[in-house]
Amino acid sequence: MIYVTRRAEFSASHYYHNPNFTPEENQRVFGKCSNPLGHGHNYVVDVTVSGAIDPVTGMVMDLKELKILLEREVIQLMDHKFLNKEVPAFAEKNPTTENIAVEIWNLLAPKLAHGELHRIRVYENPDLFADYYGE
Amino acid sequence: MMVYLTRRYRFSAGHRLHTEALSPEENLRVYGKCNNPNGHGHNYLLEVTVAGAINAATGMVFDLVKLDGIVAGRVLDKLDHKNLNLDMENFRAKVPTTENLCLEIYDLLRHPLEEAGGEGGLQLNRIRLEETSLNSFECVAEGAGAGKGKG
Repeated sequence: MIYVTRRAEFSASHYYHNPNFTPEENQRVFGKCSNPLGHGHNYVVDVTVSGAIDPVTGMVMDLKELKILLEREVIQLMDHKFLNKEVPAFAEKNPTTENIAVEIWNLLAPKLAHGELHRIRVYENPDLFADYYGE
Repeated sequence: MMVYLTRRYRFSAGHRLHTEALSPEENLRVYGKCNNPNGHGHNYLLEVTVAGAINAATGMVFDLVKLDGIVAGRVLDKLDHKNLNLDMENFRAKVPTTENLCLEIYDLLRHPLEEAGGEGGLQLNRIRLEETSLNSFECVAEGAGAGKGKG
């Protein structure tokens, strides 16, 4: 089994808020991330696909295919967007790094034609990332 | 559904690799330049991975401010700008290799983090420590799912 990882980047803004919390609770739980005007990050997404090496091509999958899929399903949806307002999945759910990783898995898993999706890693910045393995 | 959240931290510390169990010549042969009696130092890069379910109310696995506070209080304040052999009780009799340091940090963080995780069932999944950009060491929780602790 070989694991192949493709990286992509997008820049987006977000904020954290729970409408069931009081303003004070939102401030206490989410701190500076609760500013409703939003703030932004340069996100990095690592998509890891596992599979056997095709003896004819020597490849697990055509990485160009993964690049196009990632661009179409994720980057176009999230790049230079306000995640809370413009990405339907985050209309009622906080766009935390954790939830973004799960959402990207849900976007890609049904569309991947070759190989098995193994891991989605989302970096909010170089010192913070979330991993999701689909379970 | 488990999500694995990793945060990176930095600290700088000095150490010397030497064991009384070996002769001076053997120490030099085993540890090479790391056996220099005067010690030497590194800028360590620490990755702490916690695993848990996403809290439905917050969208988070764990509060990062709490994570930072626990890592600072339990690890960084104890290790940063210290001599690992002399300032750390546990390394009086144990060689402060990065392997041992990895395990020590795991032990320092496990209970405080898992207690702070409360009912959510937070797990300290992995400690990864870079001694230099060319060397890194990992310690993964026993029972972590296959492949789940791997970078």
